[in-house]
Formats: sequence, C-alpha cells, structure tokens
Amino acid sequence: MKTKLMAVIGLTGAAALALAGCASAPAAETGPVTITYSNFISNGGNEANLAKIVAEFQKQNPTITVKVTTLPYDAYGTALQTDLAAGTEADVFDINGASSYAPLQANGTLAELKGVAGGVYNKALLDTYATGGKQYGLPTSFSDVVLYYNKDLFDAAKVSYPTANWTWADETAAATKLTNVAAGVWGDHQPVTYNEYYKVLVQNGESFLNNDGTKVAFTTPGGIKAAHWLVDKSGTTMPTIAQGQGTADFDTNLFKGGKLAMLHTGIWVFSAFKDTPANWDIAVEPGSTHSASAVFSNAVGVSAHSKHEAAAQKWAEFLAASDTTVNVRLDAGWELPTIADSKKLATYLDKGKPANRQAVFDAAKAIAPAPSIGANQSQMQDIITGELVEAQAGRKSVEQALTSAETKINALLKG
Amino acid sequence: MSAPATPARVAYPPARRAPTHPVRQATSRTGYVLTVLAFLLPSAIPLVAFVLAPMVAALWISFNKWNLLAPMTFIGFGNFAKLLADPTTGDVFLHTIYYIVGYLPLVFVGGLVLALALNTALKGRSLLRGIYFLPVVTSWIVVALVWRWLLSPGSGVVNTVLGFVGITGPGWWTDPVWAMPSIILASAWKDLGFVMVILLAGLQAISPDMYDAAKMDGAGWWRRLFSITIPLLSPSTFFVLVISLINGFQVFDQVYAMTGGGPNGASEVVVQQIYDLTFRYGRAGEASALSWMLFVVILAVTVLQVRGQRRWVTYG
Repeated sequence: MKTKLMAVIGLTGAAALALAGCASAPAAETGPVTITYSNFISNGGNEANLAKIVAEFQKQNPTITVKVTTLPYDAYGTALQTDLAAGTEADVFDINGASSYAPLQANGTLAELKGVAGGVYNKALLDTYATGGKQYGLPTSFSDVVLYYNKDLFDAAKVSYPTANWTWADETAAATKLTNVAAGVWGDHQPVTYNEYYKVLVQNGESFLNNDGTKVAFTTPGGIKAAHWLVDKSGTTMPTIAQGQGTADFDTNLFKGGKLAMLHTGIWVFSAFKDTPANWDIAVEPGSTHSASAVFSNAVGVSAHSKHEAAAQKWAEFLAASDTTVNVRLDAGWELPTIADSKKLATYLDKGKPANRQAVFDAAKAIAPAPSIGANQSQMQDIITGELVEAQAGRKSVEQALTSAETKINALLKG
Repeated sequence: MSAPATPARVAYPPARRAPTHPVRQATSRTGYVLTVLAFLLPSAIPLVAFVLAPMVAALWISFNKWNLLAPMTFIGFGNFAKLLADPTTGDVFLHTIYYIVGYLPLVFVGGLVLALALNTALKGRSLLRGIYFLPVVTSWIVVALVWRWLLSPGSGVVNTVLGFVGITGPGWWTDPVWAMPSIILASAWKDLGFVMVILLAGLQAISPDMYDAAKMDGAGWWRRLFSITIPLLSPSTFFVLVISLINGFQVFDQVYAMTGGGPNGASEVVVQQIYDLTFRYGRAGEASALSWMLFVVILAVTVLQVRGQRRWVTYG
C-alpha cells in the first residue's frame, strides 16, 4: 500500500516536471538584497526551526538577506489584509490554505511564479495554488485529520483497536462501550463545525454544493444523517457544550488526561501529545459509505508589488521544498513537507510515536474536497458551524438547523 | 526700496502713537495663536491622523464596494441600502441596546453604592479605592479570559458555587440567552471603579454644611441622599451617563474576547459586526457605512442627552 502511494506521488511528480519549464524565472538582481517574509507557520514552537532554514538559505545565497516577521495564527489574516490594503505587505507571505488563496489570487495580489520546478512537489498540492495553468503560490506544508485513540482505554474496555476498514457503525459501537460517564471517561470527540461537516458529507456519499455550485445540496436524507453523525455524539459518547465541549483545547486536554478514548483531530497535535503518558496511536478516519479525509495545506506567495521578485521567489522555493526544509520539518514533526520524493518522506514513518504514521499518507489518498464559494466563504463557514451548534445544544432539530443554513447560504450564493 | 512706506509715515507725524498700538497687538495675537497651536499640536496631530482622517476616509469608503484587496468601485448609497435591507443590521443594533440597558443601571448603581461607602470614614478606604479601580486599568483581554473561566459552563467557579447551593448554573457564554448577560456582568465589574471614582469626586465637592443643616432640620439618611446627594451629584451623574452611553454603543473588546459574537450571533454587537464585515467577510464598504450609521446614532443620543440635561442637572 505504501509503495503504491509513493509510486503515485512519484508519477504525478514526473508529469508535473514535464509540464514545468513553460515559463522562465524572473531575472536575478546583482548586489545585496533584503527581502521580507511574513509568516504564521513557525509561530508557537517552530521559530527556531524556521531560523535554521533561513540561515541555510542565506548561506547558500550570500547576497540575499531574509527578514522574518512571525505573527500568531489568529492575528495573521487581519494583519495580511491590512498590509495588502495599505500596500505594505512583505515580499513573501504565508497563505493560509486554499480558501485564503482564492481571493488573494483573484484580486491580483500574488505575482506569478515562473519556472517553478513542478516535479519536486506533490502535484495535487501544487495544483491547489495554480490558477489558469499559472503558479501563484507554493505549498509549504500539509496535514490531515486522523482518528487518535487511547490504547490503554481500549484494552481496559476489551475493545479492538480502530482499523482502516472501520465505518461509522464500528466507531459508534466502540465509543458506546468505551464511554463511562461515572468515571469521567468519554468514548469519542469530534468537533461540531463546518470543517468536519463538509468532510462527513463526503464520507456519507453526499456533497455540500450542487453540481454547478449555485445552491447547497446537504438537506438530503444523507446530508441530515451526516449532521446527526456529528451532533448526536454530544451527550452520548462525547461531552456536551455545557460540559465544556467546543472550548479551546478541551478535547486535546481530555485526551492527554487519559479521559478520552477517540479523538478526531489533525496531525498538528503530534508534538503536543509527545509526553502524554498513555499509549496512543492513530488510524484513518472511518467513513460511512465512502472513505474521505480532510487535508489542509499552507503555502507562500510572492507579492505582486515586490521589488525583488527573483530573490523572493528563490526564498519561496527554498522554504517550500529544499532539502533543508524537508529535514528540519521531518526532524521536528513540523507538519509535512510538500515534496513528491517518496524516499525523502520515508524517514517520517520511523520518527516514533505514533506508530501508525502510514495513516497520515493513507488519509491523504481520499481527500474530501473543501467547498469554495469565493468572497462569502468565511460567512458560509460561520453559518454552518452556528447552525450545527444550535442543533447540538438542542435548540433546533438537525433538520431545522440545516434548513436554516440552506436558506442563508443560498442567499449568499445568489450574491 | 521702501519708498511708498516712507512718505506715509512722514505724512502722519501726529498719529505716531496711534499706529504703534495695533501693530503691537497684531504681533502679540500672532504670537498667542502660535503658542496655542504649539500646545495643541501634540494632541491635534494624533486627533487628525487617527480620528478625523480615518473618519473622512471611512465616509468615502462607505460609498464604495471594497474587499481590501482589489481597487474600490463607487456604488453611491449601495452599502447603506444593503445594510438597511439586511436583518442582521437590526439584530446587532438591538443586541447593542440590550447591552446598554443591562450594563448602564448595573454599573451606575454599583458605582454609586461603592462611592457612598468609600466616602465615609471607613478604615483602609484608600486601599479599597485602589482595589476597586484596579480592573479599570487592566487589559480587557485579561479580564475577558478570567470571566470566561469564571463563567465556564462545565467547571467554572460560578457554576461550581451555584452547584453547592443546589442550583444548576446556565451555560453562560455558550448559551444564546445567557451570552449577553455574561458580557454585561463582566463589563459592569470592570467599569465599576471608573464610575466610583467620578462619583466620589462629585461627592467630595458637596459641602458638609449642607448635610449639617439638613441634619439639624431632622432629615434622615435617605432624605439627605435623595434631597442633597443625588441632586448635587447630577453633574457627575451626567458625565458618567454620557461617557458610558458612548462606550456602550462602541462595546467590542469584551464581546470579541468572550463570545466572538456567538453563539450563532446571539451577542453580535455593532462594532463586532463592523470588524467581521471588514476582516472576515471582506466587505469593508459595508463596514464603513455601518460605522457611520453608528456614529450618527451616538451623535443623536449624545445631543439629546446634552439638551435634556437642563431639566435635571443641578450645578452648584
């Protein structure tokens, strides 16, 4: 299975390599240049790792100095928008995933990146940041959401561990057995949010939008079942909102404290779980009729107004796919590099806990595509989360919540 | 060089004293204006740069469609029309008024009680004044996080204490019914010290003779409170009301930090909506239009208050 995945990544990489070279890179400047790089990816623990990459880049490119600004994730979007509005954005800046990329590209803030060695990258991720056959961003990292489980709790309840073949029914059965409210032990945790809902729709063979993207398509029986899958956990196998569910770090703290048997979250918490005493591992998330996982990526773009485009692009490429970056990221467990070379990625599998790191790659084989509706994206996401929480808190039925979301989002889609 | 001036001076020798006076006055007036300007500049420059200029810019933006990324396009009153047609606009104004109606009496009565208590010869009153003022100078983010923790539905101190006496506490900021009361509670707690200090200053300006005279006439504590203290405190009360109302309409920090406008928009206030429209939804034109709508409302309310003060504010 592993070999097959690597072969696919390799093949797509080779195809991309063949397509690359259609456009040529911008002319390099002579003399020393200072470029600015604004990021959130290193915030909260990876600042020193980023500094290592910068140092190596400057060593290899003595004429270029990279000035780094690191912002917290929560503040980054606002800061970037303000900078773009004022024309004071950095030469190179982080792009927070595909939904942030779309408006940035559509409004002409990103310079076209010419002559990118496409074969180096995982093609699906590279294509996420291309529009009309032109590259406007380079993926720097990716992560996906998996099912974490506490082996000790499974052993104690004599329940067999999750496998890649599990479905929702298996998860529910196990979660019910594992839940012991008197002991404060919960069987399962999955956020009741937009980011989960679009994925579980795909897991149940449904889609968020209709074929031409003009209306939502989730008020079907399958869509309602998908919403129930999230909402009904609350109060049965998962704590309720009144018990604190949905607040920051509630789920990860519960898991770290050995009081949660299963947890749906991203691979970005690996490092946070490093010192957890419990034995834990991961598996690909169970699906219902289909297997589908949420994949998130970050990217960098070069400002369309940069005065040092060539140097900026050089840094962007180094940051995204250099061997230094790959090694630093794999050593630190700092999400995953976006390269195609399976040999370089293979060391990731042997980096210790969790044992089943292969699940990270397996999950990325069946991706639930995130719906993209353009300018009103954030509002649409807020509506879904808001309505699902109404249903979770019991203030609305699942059907009422979805119908209300349908009315509001269809109005947004009409513009 | 100065040919035309010379004959003029020569022509009016008797009036020599007369022209010197206005000239000197003019010089001193220029000097005076320059001095005033020099003193005003440190506050005038930031006022123009950070208040007046952005206000004018926001007015211009309010007539444009702008997502902060692409160039603006002029759409006249389009943003205002869209806001008036959007039910959310009414909701956010209603939530803001709800906040003010809940917050204002709480903070005023609380501040008055504290001021009255600390205006007596209480032991350690200076220390107590300092303690009650402490929240005023504390960052809203810190206060909001502490209150979020206190009012945490699962394991918060408030619900735990309520549990001891057999009451099941509400979900506070996770419950649409209780989200705004939670914000009101935290806000009143934080601003109590501010109201207390203003009213305390007002109380200390009331002559003790008044009370002595009233006592001799046989007026009790309540009578003195309603016939002397409250009427003579009215200038301070007026100041507190004007400032608190303006701040109330502009409520944002605590909402942003405590509920983010949630759950499902239940505590979304006007300024939070302005923030969301600008930075989350890419609709800076509508946000600017909403800012101006808020400005007009605040201006109208303040003008009404200033006009109304003649009826109830007693000076001296």
